[in-house]
Amino acid sequence: MSTPSRTDTATAAAAVAATNAPDRGHDHNENEGHGHVEVDGVLLSAELVEGPSVASHDVAEYALWLGDDSLVLAQQLGWWISRAPELEEDIALGNIALDLIGHARSLLHYAGAESNRTEDDLAYWRTEPSWRSAHLFEQPNGDFAHTIARQFIAANYLFELYSRLADSADATLAAIAAKAVKEVDYHRDHAAQWVLRLALGTEESRARMICGLGDLWPFVDELFVDEPLIDRLDGVAVRPSTLRAPATDAMAPVLREAELNEPRGFISSGGGRRGDHSENLGPLLAEMQVLARAHPGASW
Amino acid sequence: MTIPPVPYDIAPRPAAGTSPEEQQFNDLIAADSRIEPRDWMPEAYRKTLVRQISQHAHSEIIGMQPEGNWITRAPSLKRKAILLAKVQDEAGHGLYLYSAAQTLGITRDEMTDALIAGKARYSSIFNYPSPTWADMGSIGWLVDGAAICNQVPLCRASYGPYGRAMVRICKEESFHQRQGFEILLELMNGTDEQRAMAQESVNRWYWPALQMFGPPDDDSPNSAQSMKWNIKRFSNDELRQRFVGMLVPQAEVLGVTLPDPDLRWNEEKGVYDMGEIDWTEFHEVLQGRGPANARRLQRRRDAHEAGRWVREAAAAYARKQAAKLTETAVA
Ligand SMILES: [Fe+2]
Ligand SMILES: [Fe+2]
Repeated sequence: MSTPSRTDTATAAAAVAATNAPDRGHDHNENEGHGHVEVDGVLLSAELVEGPSVASHDVAEYALWLGDDSLVLAQQLGWWISRAPELEEDIALGNIALDLIGHARSLLHYAGAESNRTEDDLAYWRTEPSWRSAHLFEQPNGDFAHTIARQFIAANYLFELYSRLADSADATLAAIAAKAVKEVDYHRDHAAQWVLRLALGTEESRARMICGLGDLWPFVDELFVDEPLIDRLDGVAVRPSTLRAPATDAMAPVLREAELNEPRGFISSGGGRRGDHSENLGPLLAEMQVLARAHPGASW
Repeated sequence: MTIPPVPYDIAPRPAAGTSPEEQQFNDLIAADSRIEPRDWMPEAYRKTLVRQISQHAHSEIIGMQPEGNWITRAPSLKRKAILLAKVQDEAGHGLYLYSAAQTLGITRDEMTDALIAGKARYSSIFNYPSPTWADMGSIGWLVDGAAICNQVPLCRASYGPYGRAMVRICKEESFHQRQGFEILLELMNGTDEQRAMAQESVNRWYWPALQMFGPPDDDSPNSAQSMKWNIKRFSNDELRQRFVGMLVPQAEVLGVTLPDPDLRWNEEKGVYDMGEIDWTEFHEVLQGRGPANARRLQRRRDAHEAGRWVREAAAAYARKQAAKLTETAVA
């Protein structure tokens, strides 16, 4: 979660409403009258992990893989805010998107240092072939079940990845991963809860969950493909193929409890790490980059 | 709860026929104490609060749309993160406020249904569109700014859950206003195009923001009673005046012009003289004839309808889980 104040929103709302006793904790503020309001500004920059080092070309490329995955996923999840099935989900999906933007910013910042580019240079001024996101993250939101299926796979993959990357020989990647893994753990839990609710809820929700999982599963394989880059980053990067078993094992009990089978159908050939993307990335980037590109050199 | 002693000279004399609970309510109000959900309260007080709190909650929810509109296009990752956090805060505000209203015996479903049916009101300001990025600045600076002026006194509203919700909300609103101000400041320090974008946006939002305080005092029928009940602490015009007093120096720092040629400091009265507010426009938008009323409601309705099967699934799952628990308990 991004900040404690956001973590406990639902609990806080309940507390505000349920208590029949004056909330002593707030008397102090109330008595200050209307002249002064405490500033609860979230210093988002404090959320970012910035290492002292500059990544080598290969490490920068690897950071780009991970940063692009997170940014593309965050960009998709941002759409849900004000459109989620219930208010609590506007907040939860917003939280997850915020965490992912945080990871993306740290990773892109690190990736860009080598070529003297900022996180925004990388986010707003690269065209499609220079992106390194895997196809899973590029898949559209679909209905809520598709979004949950994508979250379920993504969060389980990212959790296994960051748990291991926290031991990377690269101190910056290790620090970013150590922070990210705690947040992704929550994303994993959020997704698992919804897989269960949808799969075991109503007939309609079950049908939709099965459909969503089936539509997203073809993009699982690409996550575990070892590209030549990985051979050059021994001890620094996590070898994707080593993540297949733990990620699958982590998803299995949830699928079992949800009475869902691991879908067996198409397997997408992927190619995102080499710049070959799904058809969804182009429009996503067009929307994300439109304003920045209309004002070259401007700062915001 | 214990009733603080009331000095006899300010305690209202019991009117003939006042019941003991009503007297207790009057005493609490006279002592500027809090009314809590289980306390007796006049039906009109309850109704006023349900109306005000639910309208306030709806405003937070509908208010997510004009800014949500720019999350995917925010021009830097930092701005994207801040905007996302801001819009998400508004969802939290809606949640606190719905919860506060629920303590008065109305359900969230009832409130949502009224909103979607077009029967409930929300702040008219959100019926204006947000065509440019600078609108993210103007909304934060002017709309959240006006909300702060309106809401800080509400932290002392006599109804406990409402006042406490407002305390939490106000803390976040000041961050919202500041991020809006920063967006405009960055634009005003930027290129000619960016400066023009900022000024154009402030021109559009300034007058609707002033209207957020409601009609002038002599045309505000419910205000007097709300003030007697310690729900409202300052009149619409007082709050508007306070807001403009806050804006003028900030506009100077920004270098934007507030679009009111008649705005000037009145030394004698110690307040700003302002130009005439277009109350015809205010009433038009209130009556559903603003630029975006239909779109705002449609989006809320679409999201609500599209999410129905999800809410039903969650409810069904919860029921099954509860049944399982009882089974195990019995076994
Ligand atoms: Fe708010
Ligand atoms: Fe706000």
